[in-house]
Parts: sequence; structure tokens; C-alpha cells
Amino acid sequence: MSAEVASPAAPPAGADTRARKLVETFFRVRELGIVGALALLVAVTAILEPRFIELESLRDLLRNASLFAIMAVGQTLVLVTRNVDLSVSSVLALSAFLAGDLLSTSGTPVALVFVLAIGLGAACGLLNGILVTFGRVPALVVTLGTLYAFRGLAFLWTDGRQINAETLPDSYLDIGTGTILGVPALAVIALVVVLVVGYYLRSYRSGRELYAIGSNTLAARLAGIRIDLRVCTAFVISGGLAGLAGALFTARYGTVDATAGTGYELSVIAAAVVGGVAITGGVGSVYGAAIGAVLMGCITSSLIFLKIDAFWQQAAIGALLLVAIAFDRFVGLRLDAALRQRSARRAA
Amino acid sequence: MTAQAATLDRAAAPGTPIIELRDATKSYGAVRALRDGTISLRAGEVRALLGENGAGKSTMVKLLGGVARLDDGVMLVDGEPVDFHSPTAANAAGIAVIYQEPTLFPDLSVAENVVMGRHPLGAMRRIDRRRMDREVQDLLDRLGVKLDAERPVRGLSIADQQIVEIAKALSFDARVLIMDEPTAALSGPEVERLFGVVRTLRDRGAAVLFISHRLEEIFAICDTVTIMRDGAVVDDTRTADVTTDDLVRRMVGRELDALFPKEAATIGPPVLRVHRLTREGVFTDVSFEVRAGEIVALAGLVGAGRSEVARAIFGIDRADGGHVEVNGRRLPAGRPTAAMRAGVGFVPEDRRHQGLVMDLSVARNATLTRTRALARGGFIRGAAEKALAGDWATKLQLKYHRLDDAVSTLSGGNQQKVVLAKWLATDPRVLIVDEPTRGIDVGTKAEVHRLLSTLAGQGVAILMISSELPEVLGMADRVLVMHEGRLTGAFAREEADEERIMRAATGQIEEATA
Repeated sequence: MSAEVASPAAPPAGADTRARKLVETFFRVRELGIVGALALLVAVTAILEPRFIELESLRDLLRNASLFAIMAVGQTLVLVTRNVDLSVSSVLALSAFLAGDLLSTSGTPVALVFVLAIGLGAACGLLNGILVTFGRVPALVVTLGTLYAFRGLAFLWTDGRQINAETLPDSYLDIGTGTILGVPALAVIALVVVLVVGYYLRSYRSGRELYAIGSNTLAARLAGIRIDLRVCTAFVISGGLAGLAGALFTARYGTVDATAGTGYELSVIAAAVVGGVAITGGVGSVYGAAIGAVLMGCITSSLIFLKIDAFWQQAAIGALLLVAIAFDRFVGLRLDAALRQRSARRAA
Repeated sequence: MTAQAATLDRAAAPGTPIIELRDATKSYGAVRALRDGTISLRAGEVRALLGENGAGKSTMVKLLGGVARLDDGVMLVDGEPVDFHSPTAANAAGIAVIYQEPTLFPDLSVAENVVMGRHPLGAMRRIDRRRMDREVQDLLDRLGVKLDAERPVRGLSIADQQIVEIAKALSFDARVLIMDEPTAALSGPEVERLFGVVRTLRDRGAAVLFISHRLEEIFAICDTVTIMRDGAVVDDTRTADVTTDDLVRRMVGRELDALFPKEAATIGPPVLRVHRLTREGVFTDVSFEVRAGEIVALAGLVGAGRSEVARAIFGIDRADGGHVEVNGRRLPAGRPTAAMRAGVGFVPEDRRHQGLVMDLSVARNATLTRTRALARGGFIRGAAEKALAGDWATKLQLKYHRLDDAVSTLSGGNQQKVVLAKWLATDPRVLIVDEPTRGIDVGTKAEVHRLLSTLAGQGVAILMISSELPEVLGMADRVLVMHEGRLTGAFAREEADEERIMRAATGQIEEATA
């Protein structure tokens, strides 16, 4: 018997390469879409209100967006595994208060403050992860619960106290307001986080496995992936990054009480979704999520610059979210159809 | 054997058993899925595993693939007893299972699907993407298929997805390849390509277990055949020593008549008329009619568009063109309630997700279509519900503990009876049944068949979608065949045979005669 494999109906060479190009174009379109929207928004606002593109207001915009970008990166890890972390805003409050408390009541070194704030966040994330994986409770339910529970803890712990900027060392507040080579320090920190996590997701087995889990859990199990461990890790990182955002929140605003960051969780998820992270798992990058955070921050601040009613800010963000999802769905369906057609044409 | 010297890593000499099962048993709850599982897969040999649905084939596959564990009996790999506690353990021993529906990651590239969990690493344990893409591309090229390792799996045909699965198996040096109905959804040339790949693997010293319902395929590719019936292995022979008839007889082990108690019914006027029904990209220009008392089977391969036609008739999906008439009255498109009111019943393909509300009680499920009639002033009366359900339970010989129990506690066959009861309670004039006996044990299967036959006798027009040819041939007055969204064949009961149906189902169009 011949060992050569017959390949009947050999397809025209390059049919698959074209399919690959198609997908690449899709993602380029996807990310270009957000960047384009961002550029359009900045341009229009700048024409209507030139002060918008003054250096200091752009820096302010970046500072605000940085906190969301950091949390959106963590959220992306969780979303990619087809889970969700709603508790991030309460984790932020706990860590923010911890950082403020340590700095104002004792002379804890700044580096240690960061480590402790991140550690507290990671511990909260670990609790979420354990409940989701070993407790077999849907992430939506677990983190909705911990969203309230952690916020409640924050209220118990602060006991009505508020931390003010006067009690914090200047070196710490400088992190929130200072710049490095003209770029806000917060934005530099966020950029480092985005690049490190982005590199991890692309180049390490455990990072790729997060995508595999969200893309097809059954197949992931058959491939021998330790799903529980990976999902838990995603929650721990998400919590840790929320903790980092908490420490930075204190540095940025100087004023912290138990209500810090209330409602941030939905903005964070929205930023990731606008940035192309699929809520159904398996798809999305931290770069997209970070750009999404910047776009959302940009909308908020441009609406303020244009003196538009706060009510419209919410409506505008909602509309953006719907447009982003509709766009994704539309292009995604077209892509699916195009890929299928290629395969069908080849089979024919 | 003229097989080439084995070149596969870790390959054993031709003829030595790589993996064996001896006297394996496996039960799921009270159901004995496997009683006497004895099989041995040898290097350089393609073995067929043959049996009806529910004969215990998939249980055997699950045991070999490490998805399920033995209750009793032994499993040997290279003569050493083993106990696979996970699919990964089976993989490590060189055993790969390729399922009918490939389990892949649609969002990731072909290369990544192949190496997931075993990515080649470079410095600092980083993934070496270049090497990954190159190695997988080499593997695909060696299999003789044109497939780009870097494209995403999303959009690949089932045939190509299976090739990806095979590449995955080869990438961890699998010596045993178990293929569970790999050809069910493939076209002719795709089957040929798959067989080419399988022959190559066999010649390199791999052991292959091939499961298929298509007997001609078994003769085309398999050296030996294991036949199962009712959870036990009943025969183990060389394919060269048997004929198709032998295989069928040993597989069924009983007269076909008992399994398909088709009564002759008086055929009345047309009740359901489907006129040029089209749903873009799914099916095109489908026209047929079903008469009172007639059972019309809709045959074809998986994915031919049969279920989609049924869904469009019932109004779940909206058709883009054409229309449906019941008793001469046009049904409004896309409105299941209107179809129900006109006397159409629909037993869907997937009873767990589409046919039943698994957490609700038996009684509630069985009366779900009759809630309006059972309600007084908007409230459903529990007593009336139970009375009606109890009534049907007796008529259909339903085996249940209490009517209050969740329907998920019933066996597959009895669940299907509940779905049937639900629709029979509406006194339908047209009943559409999609794969009515899938995953049901042989005994209950015969009962379902008897029931359909009786209904036809009472003048109900029945449209039955089925992928099981014996069922189609045994039950239908007329057989329609679909291929890629079009009707490609229509045969009267006496003209229909396996070959003709399969020819039409694979797109080799014959003159329609009925």
C-alpha cells in the first residue's frame, strides 16, 4: 500500500492565506474603529472648544483614564475566560482606604503601601476565584455578592472616617499628579501594566490557555488544561490590578472614604467591551480594552468641556456601548460568513 | 501484511495489541451501558466498531479515551494494566479520540488548536510562535492537506476540523486513533481524503478504531470488525470473511419487522403542503406534500437542511420565500402559535433543550401545550393537569416514579414519550418529528415506532426526519431526500433502498419518481 496520501480536490493554494488575511483585516478594522472614533471625538471637541487639547487637560484626561485602563486590563483576563468580575470597584475602595490609612497613621514606605494594596486586592480576587471555581457558582452571582460584601466591609472599616490629602505625604500625592518626561506618571504605570499583561497573554502558555478556556471549555478540559487554576489566577490578577488602581486612586484624589469608586465596575466592563473584548469569552486583547478606557474617558471629559448636561454623559456612553456591540456583531457575522464561504468553495 | 515498516515514534510491531479491554462493564445509574466489552486494537490495523445507536459503542469509546472509568474488567496498554482517570492520561499513553463533532477552539488559530497546552517554548518559557506555526504546518503538509496553520478554526468545515484533530493527535505521537463517526457529516471527496490519511497512519503502525454506520465504508477501510448489540460485544471477525448482510444480521440480531411495526394505513387527501419554501443560504425551493395517514420520511446527511425545513414549516424560523398550507389554508410565516392552531405538532431534534423544560415536572411538561384549555380564569388547576398527564402516561406506557418528579429524572426514551404526549394532547392533524428515536434504547424505540404508526392509522399526516436508514426504510410510506438544502430524491416505499437514498443524500441526483 502506498504511504503517500492522496489529496483529491486540492484547493487552489493560498485560499487559506486569504482567510487569514481576512481575519487580520477584521481585527485591524476593529481596533482602527476605536482609534478612529477617538480621533473624531478629539477633533470635533477641539474645534468646538480649543481648550480641550491644551496639554494640561489632555494630561488630566489620561490620568482619569489610567485608573480605568488598569482595571479594564484585569477585567479582560476574566472576561476572556467567559467569566466576569463585578467586584472591582469595591476592591478598589478597600485598597484605596488601606493605602490612605497606612500613609496617614504610620510612616509605611510607599513601596510597601503598594505591595499591601495590591495584595489585599489579590486576596479579594482569590476569594472570588475560589467561589467561582470550587464553589461552582456563576461568576456573575459571586462577584455581585462580593461587590456588596466588600463595599460593606469598607463601610465597617472606615466607620465614617475620611482620609484627606493633608494627611498624606507629598511624595505619594506626586504619583497621582506628577509627570515623567511630560507624561502623567499614572499613564506610564497604566502603559506598563498593559504591555506586561498583553505580552503575557500572547507569549505564555498559561495566557493562551485563558483564551482556550473561554473559547471552548469542554475542549480545554480535553486538552488537559487546569481550568480551575487558570480561572482562579485570572480573578487574582483582576483583584490585584483593582488593588493597584485603589492605591493610585488615593494618590490621584487624596480624598478617600467608603464610597470611593462606586459604580466603576460597569464602566470598566464597558471599556473592555467597547475595546473589543467579547463578553462571551475567548476574544479580545488588553490593548483594545485600554483604548476603550481612554475612549470612554475622552467622551466624559469632552462632554464636560462642551458643557453638556451630566445626564447626556451616561446616555452617550450607553449609546457608544450599543454601537460598539452592534458593530462587532455586524462585522463578526460578515467575517463568519466570509470564512465559511471560503471553506465551502474549497470543498466544492 | 505488506505494510511499511513502522515509522511512528513509539510504534509497536504490526499485529501487537497496543490497547485492550477485557470484560469491561459500565453502568450509568440503573442503565447498564456496557456488559461485556472486549476489544483489542493492534498496530497497523484499522478496526471497525459497529452497532446500532445505544449498543454501547460510545461507552466503549469513552472508556478507551479516559472520559469514563471502568466499573469492572481490565484495560491493558502494551500488556500493562492501566486506569485512565482523565482524557489527558489517555493522551499520555498515546490514545487519541476524534469525536464526530470536533472539540476545538474556534477563536484560536489552527496551529494553536493543535498544540494547546503543549506549545513549543523558547527562552524564558516564552511560546515560540514561529516554531509552533512551522511544526504544525509541516504536520498538515505531511497529512497531504492544504490548510493554513495560522488561520483561525472558525469557519472551517467539519472535515477540515477533523483534520485539525488528527494533526493534534499526531503532535503528541498518538499510536491509537479512535474516530467516532468521522464521516457522518462529510461529502464524498472529503471521506476519500480522510481515508487517505487513515491509511497513511495505519501503514506507519498506528492502530485505528473506526466507528461508522455506513457499511460500505467499513469494507473500504477496515481490516477487522467488532460488532456490538445491547451493550455487549457479539462478534469479532475479519471484514474479508463477512458480507454486508452478515453484519446487519449480527448487529440487529432480530427481525426488522418487530422493530418497525408499520401498519398499512388508508392514505387520504393532502394535509400539509409545502410550496417552494426557501430560506436563503440554508435551503432552497423545497416543495412536497404529506397526506392524511401517510408517514413521509425526510432523509439526508447531517447538515443537509432537514431540521431547518421543519423549523420553517412550524414557523420558528421565517422563510424567505414560498409558503406552507395546512388543509388548504396558508400558514402565516414565522408564527408557531398559528401553526399550532392549524393543528401542527412539532417534536424537535434536541429534546433536552428544545422539547422539554428539564426542571419542570412530568405532568407540567406533558400538558404544556394545553395550558389554555386547563386554565380556569387564568389559573391552571393542578388536578386537571395531573388527570390529563396521567391519561397520556397510561396510553404511552410511560415509566415514571411520580408525575411531580422533574422530567430530567426520566430515561431518554421516556422523556421522548413525554414530548410526544405533549403534542398528541393537542390532537394534531400534522405531526413533525425530528429524529424521534435518537439516543433511545431499542425497546422504547419500537414503542415510539408503533405509536407513530398508530397515529398515521388514525389519519394524522406525519413528517419524520431521521438519520437512521433502517428507521426511514422501515417506517416511511414515502422517502424524501435532501442534500445541501435541496430535495434531491423522492422514493415510494417499494422503491426506496439504502443505496438510492445514500446516492441522493450525497448529491448524486436521480430522477424523482414519487
